[in-house]
Amino acid sequence: MNIIGKSRRRVDARAKVTGQTRFADDLALPRMVHCKLLRSTIPHARIVRIDVARALAHPGVHMVLTGRDFPIPYGILPVSQDEYALAVERVRFVGDPVAAVIARDELTAFEALDLIDVEYAPLQTIPSPEAGLVATDTIHEYGDRGNIHKIVSLGFGDIDKAFADADHMFEDTFFYQGNTHLPIEQHAALAAKDPDGKLVLWSSTQTPHYVHRALSKALDMPAAHIRVVAAPNGGGFGGKSDPFNHEVVIAKAAWLLDRPVKICLTREEVFYCHRGRHPVLMQFKTGVKRDGTITGVHLKTLLDGGAYGSYGVASTFYTGALQTVTYHIPTYHFQGCRVFTNKPPCGPKRGHGTPQSRFGQEIQLDKIAEALHLDPAEMRLRIVEKPDTLTANYLRVGTIGLEECIRRVTAASNWTNTHRKLPLGRGVGIACSSYLSGAGLPIYWNDMPHSGVQLKLDRSGGVTAFCGATEIGQGSDDVLVGCVAEILGLDPLDIRPVTGDTDLTPVDLGSYSSRVTLMMGNAAIQAAERARDQLAKAVSAKISVPVDRLVFAERRVFDAQNPTVGVSFAEAVCLAEAQFGTIGTTGSYTPPRSAAKFKGGGVGPSPTYSYTAAVVEVEVDPETGWVLVPRVWIAHDIGRALNPPLVRGQVEGSVYMALGEALMEEQIFRRLPPHLSNALVHKFPSMLEYKSPTTMDMPEVFTELVEHPDPRGPFGAKEVGQGPLLPVMPALANAVYDAVGVRIDEVPITPEKILKALDAKAAGKPARYGPAGFPSITWPETLQVPPPWEGGDGKAVNKGESKRKKAEV
Amino acid sequence: MQNVSITLTVNGEPTEVAFAPYKTLLEVLREDLNLCGTKHGCELGECGACAVLLDGQPVLSCLVLGVECDGRTVTTVEGLASDGRLHPLQETFADLGAAQCGYCTPGFLVTAKALLDEHPEPTRDQIKEALSGNLCRCTGYQQIFEAVEASLQSLSAQRPVRS
Repeated sequence: MNIIGKSRRRVDARAKVTGQTRFADDLALPRMVHCKLLRSTIPHARIVRIDVARALAHPGVHMVLTGRDFPIPYGILPVSQDEYALAVERVRFVGDPVAAVIARDELTAFEALDLIDVEYAPLQTIPSPEAGLVATDTIHEYGDRGNIHKIVSLGFGDIDKAFADADHMFEDTFFYQGNTHLPIEQHAALAAKDPDGKLVLWSSTQTPHYVHRALSKALDMPAAHIRVVAAPNGGGFGGKSDPFNHEVVIAKAAWLLDRPVKICLTREEVFYCHRGRHPVLMQFKTGVKRDGTITGVHLKTLLDGGAYGSYGVASTFYTGALQTVTYHIPTYHFQGCRVFTNKPPCGPKRGHGTPQSRFGQEIQLDKIAEALHLDPAEMRLRIVEKPDTLTANYLRVGTIGLEECIRRVTAASNWTNTHRKLPLGRGVGIACSSYLSGAGLPIYWNDMPHSGVQLKLDRSGGVTAFCGATEIGQGSDDVLVGCVAEILGLDPLDIRPVTGDTDLTPVDLGSYSSRVTLMMGNAAIQAAERARDQLAKAVSAKISVPVDRLVFAERRVFDAQNPTVGVSFAEAVCLAEAQFGTIGTTGSYTPPRSAAKFKGGGVGPSPTYSYTAAVVEVEVDPETGWVLVPRVWIAHDIGRALNPPLVRGQVEGSVYMALGEALMEEQIFRRLPPHLSNALVHKFPSMLEYKSPTTMDMPEVFTELVEHPDPRGPFGAKEVGQGPLLPVMPALANAVYDAVGVRIDEVPITPEKILKALDAKAAGKPARYGPAGFPSITWPETLQVPPPWEGGDGKAVNKGESKRKKAEV
Repeated sequence: MQNVSITLTVNGEPTEVAFAPYKTLLEVLREDLNLCGTKHGCELGECGACAVLLDGQPVLSCLVLGVECDGRTVTTVEGLASDGRLHPLQETFADLGAAQCGYCTPGFLVTAKALLDEHPEPTRDQIKEALSGNLCRCTGYQQIFEAVEASLQSLSAQRPVRS
């Protein structure tokens, strides 16, 4: 191979280092006006009255919109259509948009916001899921029960029997605090009525196809007359995966005003958009044999959903989906519950729903290994799931490079000579993980491909590759170009990627769930192979060499046995065009059908899974509780690295973001003082106070790529964007224990918590900081699905509980 | 509010620009001079995305008023390349994965340039410290450090040999 696997400059690098990448806020159009949103100052209230007269009268104001202008709800999931572009009758968190001003410039729009009078009738504030479980007021009129958005109970085998068979039982509770994506680019969007009278929206979105659908619904306009263009995202991490209220608002405003309308959120507003990591309380009950093999796991999770549905139904299932993919768990019982609260909505952040329970599971395994006097790395090697297996919950795993990942990080970190052998204050910890290479099911039910690629071959020898995938910094344009260049024997710069444009590009579902490399890559290969076949036929006829002897390389098509006999790629295109007409091909990718046929089985299936192991080293000052991380060793089972520096960048970026979550980042809330309304507000919606790691905090990261090509991936590639984040938080917690002998069973692991645990230890109490227990929840009847080894066929043997209202409109 | 007018040197070119007096240098660059390479991430001096060089020193352009820049010299990411060739930092950032989404990249590039102008052979620690006011959420910084270090070679080749 000439392109794949070679380290090379990504196709869009020049634009990025010269400042020429056009992000959404870099776009401007003649006659453009600006939008600002008025946001609720009350966490939960009925809107009694909105008076916009003074704002409308303000010089320079073109339009003021309120909830009355947006009667149709939308939402990312078909079962949670609970958002309105502007609040209708009710606000549900401080930051919920209430009105929009469109004015000649941002300053004027800001001024006019102050002139809108809103009268609220406050309702009970629900600050936590625990409060939501018992509250009498409800935040939504839909959901599974009261303030419970989603509650599930899934049983795979007889858990009581599995626990009876265990030599030892372990029960631990953990808490994972919420945090946010914090992309450096604030969300921005520009909407206009194009010269043909159709609507165009440019936006920093990861999912233009879903925004397209949402706009059509919320504005009641034919989708064919709406064009959504995803501008390159200045970082996404899941935070730009929902259709957003500001996108709907400016689309409508541009339509009504017939002039371009732009919005760029302030940093504070980005904290209110959120859709970030759910705070999750979880309880793991695990039975093990003396050698560490697992007999069964019962996991309970309680998710703080925030004020809207977002991806929350999927997030709930994800907290319990992937435990079985990493380790062999013969019997599994999962119960999850997501509760609405009066805070910005949570959603998908890198790892979507899985980092929280990964954190709990990997710390518990560390505790189990210690109790059984086993080395935690050795014990994990013993329980790694086997390749090509159908798990207890009917996830079909492909290749598994986890054993090699564990061996590589333990060797590189000198594990056997450091674990439990370093002096007080220094420690190492290990943890593992697995992640999807793309969600196996689309967000809305359909049988169509998940990714499509079209190629247009020009007589010049240039190729244009069209795909709906969205470049969010991860390098998806480069994957597209790399795959096509490899098959057609071109230089990547000969290929122009055109991506993320619903008018021009075939649908790709978007940049989420680590799906793009695998799905778009396979579609690109199919399209390129079809083009190659056409060219080969034409060249074969011209130079009288059989098709199967032709090689495509170095911008030529030539005879493998006599490389001087051949034509240039451009000539090959001309020959093919003369023979077949205009040369354009398509490729598409649809994931294999899931083996899970029970309700809820749609979350978790993936064409294949990536695996990661990490060793984290820490230095903990027992006097101050301060944690330093000098080194991280991480090995990732990537299948094949298509462009190694980009893969390394995803791994190191994941380690970085993980360290932020482990040590400092938290999206948390406080009450304003009573004389200032007592409202529940974001504690620090600013970048300065929301701490994230700087250059000074970043350890040395030693990255190992484990490459055993997976036949399901393009050229064998699996995902890398999310999986490597997962093991770092628990490995760090396990390292803190190794260093100072206290368990911190929640993130972020702050000096204060370490000191409290050290104090508890000194006082003879459990050497631990973490949640005391898990609340009593009335779970629905468990849906019983016998695992494959008990003769199951992926279907439930009972009906479970039939549940109530969905917000489907 | 009446516009103010200033003259300054932007990326080596004498420039005259008029703007509302409350505007920051960031806004003047992006909105009045159409130099959108300089980004914003907070407008409060927290993220470093808007860094530019003012008389050779890195500043956060969101914290500098446009009117302060009369008669001064501003260098933005658009001014790093010269004679049709990318600056060595741009080459190594592009080659070594130091730019992922690219949004923080202009700020990192100009800040790194200021470092190298002052310290032609910085240590890893000096690089980390110089870039500590620039946040990047994509890379984990390591490939940025490596790109700065890799640029030193071609930069030292460009410098005149002292006799």
